[in-house]
Amino acid sequence: MRYSGMKVFLEGLTGNRGWKPVWRDPDPKQEYDVVIVGGGGHGLSTAYYLAKEFGVRNVAVLEKGWLGSGNIGRNTTIIRSNYLLPGNQHFYELSMKLWEGLEQDFNYNAMVSQRSVINLYHSDSQRDAYARRGNAMRLAGVDADLLDRKQLRRICPFLDFENARFPVRGGLRQKRGGTARHDAVAWGYARGADSRGVDLIQNCEVTGFRIDAGLCTGVATTRGVISAKKVAVCVAGSSSRVMALAGMRLPIESHVLQAFVTEGLKPVIPGVLTYGAGHFYVSQSDKGGLVFGGDLDGYNTYAQRGNLPTVENVCEGGMAMMPMIGRARLLRSWGGVMDMSMDGSPFIDKTGVDGLYFNGGWCYGGFKATPASGYCYAHLIARDEPHPTAAQMRLDRSISGRMLDETGRGPQPNLH
Amino acid sequence: MIINHPLLGPRDASEFSYLGDASLIDRPDPQAQDAAEQFHDYVYLRDNPAGEHRELWFHEHGDRSWLVVTRNTLTHEITRVELAKDVAIARGRSR
Amino acid sequence: MTQAFRLTKGGLVDRSQTLEFRFDSAAFNGHGGDTLASALLANGVRLVGRSFKYHRPRGVFSAGSEEPNALVELRRGARQEPNTRATMAELFGGLDARSQNYRGSLKYDLLAVNDLLSPFLSAGFYYKTFMWPKSFWEKLYEPAIRAAAGLGRLSREPDPDAYDKGYLHCDILIIGAGPSGLSAALTAGRAGVRVILADEDFRVGGRLNAETLGVNYMAGSDWADAARAELAAMDNVRILTRTTVFGAYDHGIYGAIERQTDHLPHGSGKPRQVLWRIYTKRAIVCAGATERSIAFSDNDRPGVMLAGAVRAYANRFAVGTGASVAIFTNNDTGWRTASDLSAKGISIAAIIDTRETSPLAAPRGAAVVMGGRVTGTKGRHGVRSITLASGQTIECDCLAISGGWSPNVHLTCHQRGRPQWKEDIAAFTPGGDLPVGMRVAGAARGTFSLQNCLADGRETAVEILEKFGLNPPADDSLTADEEATSISAFWHVREGKGRAFVDLQNDVTVKDIRLSHQEGFRSVEHLKRYTTLGMATDQGRTANVLGLAILAQASGKSIPETGTTIFRPPYTPVAIGAIAGRSRGKEFRPVRKTPGHRWAEENGADFVESGLWMRAQWFSREGDTHWRQSCDREVQQTRASVGICDVTTLGKIDIQGRDAAEFVNRVYSNGFAKLPVGKCRYGLMLREDGLVMDDGTTARLGENHFVMTTTTANASTVFKHLEFCRQCLWPGLDVHLISVTEQWAQAAVAGPNARKLLEQLLDPDHDISSDAFPFMACGEITVCGGVPARLFRISFSGELAYEIAVPARYGNSLMATLMKAGEEFGATPYGVEALNVMRIEKGHATGSELNGQTSARDLGLGRMMSEKKDYIGRVLSQREHLAREDGLKLVGFKPVDTAQELKAGAHFIAKGKEMTTENDEGWMTSVAWSPNLQTSIGLGFIERGDSRIGETVIAADPLRDKSTEVEICSPHFVDPEGERLRG
Repeated sequence: MRYSGMKVFLEGLTGNRGWKPVWRDPDPKQEYDVVIVGGGGHGLSTAYYLAKEFGVRNVAVLEKGWLGSGNIGRNTTIIRSNYLLPGNQHFYELSMKLWEGLEQDFNYNAMVSQRSVINLYHSDSQRDAYARRGNAMRLAGVDADLLDRKQLRRICPFLDFENARFPVRGGLRQKRGGTARHDAVAWGYARGADSRGVDLIQNCEVTGFRIDAGLCTGVATTRGVISAKKVAVCVAGSSSRVMALAGMRLPIESHVLQAFVTEGLKPVIPGVLTYGAGHFYVSQSDKGGLVFGGDLDGYNTYAQRGNLPTVENVCEGGMAMMPMIGRARLLRSWGGVMDMSMDGSPFIDKTGVDGLYFNGGWCYGGFKATPASGYCYAHLIARDEPHPTAAQMRLDRSISGRMLDETGRGPQPNLH
Repeated sequence: MIINHPLLGPRDASEFSYLGDASLIDRPDPQAQDAAEQFHDYVYLRDNPAGEHRELWFHEHGDRSWLVVTRNTLTHEITRVELAKDVAIARGRSR
Repeated sequence: MTQAFRLTKGGLVDRSQTLEFRFDSAAFNGHGGDTLASALLANGVRLVGRSFKYHRPRGVFSAGSEEPNALVELRRGARQEPNTRATMAELFGGLDARSQNYRGSLKYDLLAVNDLLSPFLSAGFYYKTFMWPKSFWEKLYEPAIRAAAGLGRLSREPDPDAYDKGYLHCDILIIGAGPSGLSAALTAGRAGVRVILADEDFRVGGRLNAETLGVNYMAGSDWADAARAELAAMDNVRILTRTTVFGAYDHGIYGAIERQTDHLPHGSGKPRQVLWRIYTKRAIVCAGATERSIAFSDNDRPGVMLAGAVRAYANRFAVGTGASVAIFTNNDTGWRTASDLSAKGISIAAIIDTRETSPLAAPRGAAVVMGGRVTGTKGRHGVRSITLASGQTIECDCLAISGGWSPNVHLTCHQRGRPQWKEDIAAFTPGGDLPVGMRVAGAARGTFSLQNCLADGRETAVEILEKFGLNPPADDSLTADEEATSISAFWHVREGKGRAFVDLQNDVTVKDIRLSHQEGFRSVEHLKRYTTLGMATDQGRTANVLGLAILAQASGKSIPETGTTIFRPPYTPVAIGAIAGRSRGKEFRPVRKTPGHRWAEENGADFVESGLWMRAQWFSREGDTHWRQSCDREVQQTRASVGICDVTTLGKIDIQGRDAAEFVNRVYSNGFAKLPVGKCRYGLMLREDGLVMDDGTTARLGENHFVMTTTTANASTVFKHLEFCRQCLWPGLDVHLISVTEQWAQAAVAGPNARKLLEQLLDPDHDISSDAFPFMACGEITVCGGVPARLFRISFSGELAYEIAVPARYGNSLMATLMKAGEEFGATPYGVEALNVMRIEKGHATGSELNGQTSARDLGLGRMMSEKKDYIGRVLSQREHLAREDGLKLVGFKPVDTAQELKAGAHFIAKGKEMTTENDEGWMTSVAWSPNLQTSIGLGFIERGDSRIGETVIAADPLRDKSTEVEICSPHFVDPEGERLRG
């Protein structure tokens, strides 16, 4: 069923009785060409691109809960491609380009809103680091501009320009950055995959891999054994647990990142803003809530909840950056479990087991990567070679030492 | 969270900073034949269990002890807190 | 103005106190003890707001924090506070509130056109349209949607109020001061344990204030007052009213917000709110229950209210919510609304009960319709009549609904708890996996009668006391009036043409929920996310269970099969300002000042943040019009004669013990074991992954005594790392560490006259001639007649230079004394800008180069990686990518046209090549204007830089629209042979 304004109008006239389910609810078949483990954003986009771009349609996505129940529905919805390192840059820019055509591509309004991302800087050295990054972006064909204090003040007059402990001196802007409606991204991909024949199987947890002589031939699940020519794991937040079923240890720790939303407010914040003197980022949703977040709680955890000191820290950053939000009320907080990798960058790679593929380690950055992650993972699965933009996202990069460490904080996951 | 420091009693977790898996105590032998591989795994690979986890916390705003805290990563329940130095010695580390 | 709907007697309002307030443009009166909602209702104001999506007229729906409709903007100017629940805003004289979320006027809202368009605005319609043409989303659709969405407005001005934070500790935290909470508190308080009793209301008593049920043969509210008085007299009990416990965190820690001045016209300098972190051994959740609605056509008009709220307004606030009230209920408690109102002389139009029989008696004159259903309502800005399934129309101006009660299980879900469905009370009650130490009592766990709540509170407290090993106090067996609470679940009236609202604030209807199911969004989470059910400011407190029940009906499953509703913190919305507390503005983070700060201030320093430190950036002199003038002068005077710089902020770590040398030797990549006593050495420290962590000079003051310096930025990281090495890796080494950054003030004295200057301070028996105290010497000395000091002959500037350290208490006078001694040489103080210029001229790396991404080889310091010993980072620094010879190298850069200014952050591209990532060879890390070379100079990383000296490349800076041809040169711009520093 194709969605359009006309369709909405016609359905409105006839009592909205004609809308069909956005996806089927099939029972798993005994065998697929590809089984994707994990029905989150990346799993669904992988299935979508496998079917749409690589002609692989005999695919199942196995999800232990409900579709989109992972971090795709628990993030702060930011999209951007303002990366420094070449190994990341082209990948995130591919993602941005996919975002830009996504809604027309999958015929679903995911509310991709390119209202800009601005990173504030507070010192000369921070400005220089942003200049390095902004220039790297420009060399990669990504848009970037450096705002001085005056220009920034015109755009964000509500920032604390007068009384700040760490004065705001300017910002690095990516105009094409912005936000998207996170759940809708999952649903759009799910709908697109389903309509191309992919079986989306909810409430189906993978409990083991079938591995014979170094070859993965399928998975054991709570709904029986499912054979597959290729098995692609895509379960950020649970990567270590799932890959342990295949006997693998990963360069990943699980950490919780809290996110927050306020009560609805009339528009007040343009685009996405990030604070440079503390960890805080904020945007305003179409519904009017300020959506914001900050640092990890910092300890290993699989619990989707955090603690009060981090909440305080985040709100302190927010108030230091823009003291007008003091009377806005925090409505809801939640936690997502992040695959924090050792250098802060992800993996899209084959594993030591033939036919078993891995996608994970997305740290904070998973949401914005959803389209490219799916596209590049589908490429890898279908062609057995990495997509050029994801060629450095290898599990063995720590062996050669060719790390993708954007912040330079080294092999301590909670610092990324 | 509250960490029951073996010397100082219960302390708020915000007095501490977190490093990670207590296996970081087990620095490999640099003379070993396969030192490169051992160091790689030591620095980069983690069990990352869902459940009981032995982990290193530093009493940064306190007495500067490194502690090994046994904590459940699903419930956050802490069942044991030891001085990392004692753990290190018990694991055979010395000079 | 008259309060036409104020009952002539009764209630807990203070009629002696008349408070004037404004709502929109009109002035009204209320009484002390009113909320804004009760005062508005007393004045007959029924229309108070507009709904989120359809802009439907809405009135007060509840009498508590669950309010979905009556949201207002409170106060004016910078104190404007959007989305405030009128039901929670305590009335004060001069209160100024405005309705929100409309265009035009509240009564004639232009956006009410959405209501007419509602067939086209069904759940999730926006996901299916607004996609063409692509560019219209940001330009047209989204701005229109955003402008219409949102609720109240922020002032856009800094919040002028102060907020505080504090810690509280107790044995038992009791959350909710209703009957079970008071009963638990009395029991625990009398046993002598430390109790905190918190309630979001400004009055203790909870439902006791809203009902006519008595306790111990007293009016319930009188008993609550007496209990409060007894508790207040106990030293071990603290009562926190106006305090919402909003979150249950790990290990028995709770977050609570106390609203201290929100009920006053002015804060008078007191903090507006306080964030309490409450550390508990046990907690008892006595948070009561929230009434819910029933879905039927047009069940959202002003005047349609929860039945319990109608009672609360009559009993507590002495307000009649209508002249003629109809009641629609599926349970016994609705009937109490009839009897209470009737006793106050309010006419009961009818009781419509969905059940076939009820054992209860209706008040005289009230029509009773058993097995009845309300199928619709009429009245544009307030209900005027209702229609029943039988077709009968009943005139009334208030419809009181009771769809049953949902226990307030929120805090029980904040960790892992999942509520469980209890069929007999048609409600979710707390499930297993409660937060450690948490118990639940009273209505919050589905115990609904007053007598049982009182007993439950007591019993729960007794159980905890016994766990503590204490004897509970004697049972004073409270007696309460009987009340009937039986219910037969009923959710939705199928008849009726209008929309039946489930979530009032977000305008989610029964149809939306069915559509969600029809389209495959069948998990509760999908339902929530697709329809926005329960996502409004009330978090669906009156709506979630109803929505779930309708989803269950649609899918032909039971409610527990369909799912459950869980809650995340906070329980009710919390002002961000309160969570941030005092950490804002200049007080966002502490300020660290060096001991010489005052001296610098007095001598014209401009300061700059360096982490938490404030450092002198430059020292302006009269006539300076630009910072560069100050900086250039400082550089030139230092290089020509002598300059003095406060370098206290460098990290200093004192290392002592028999194995101190061995320890230092293992944490630095270069050798330290053989460093003689009385010598310093530059040290390079790697992380275990082989990349550079930090650098600094370390001095050996004695056989077993070293003093290490670190960069300012990494002081705490390095210290932590060293303690890790000491305690976790080599626990057998005899070595101890302590940070002495703040114990020693340190100043650099640099320039050809540095020695002469210092000699004036030294006590007589010290010889610092070049022979006696050569480059890299160090020693403990005394100055100025016995002041202990440490002297290091080290140089960051490249000049003959020393760093002298004195105990911090002498730090300020050290600066003054040095400057005085330097007068004859024209000594200059210099700040971090000049320091930076001189270190760039010498090619020394700092934070911009030691950025955690670079190896020792990249920095040109490969020779400092010892091959003779093990050290942290050695093994992994040999990895292929780190060990490659053709990698980045730190070199110097000069503009070919010396008039050009270099910019840090530019990338290097070979001449004639396109500006692409593929042609990117490195980047400029630091730049400075060199007054000595009279040109801009820079340091940067470029591929194979060390073998390309003399080559020219383009420093591309597309960000600032600049391309500069630069020559690759040695990073040592000044005195490359190092003759000056050895002088």
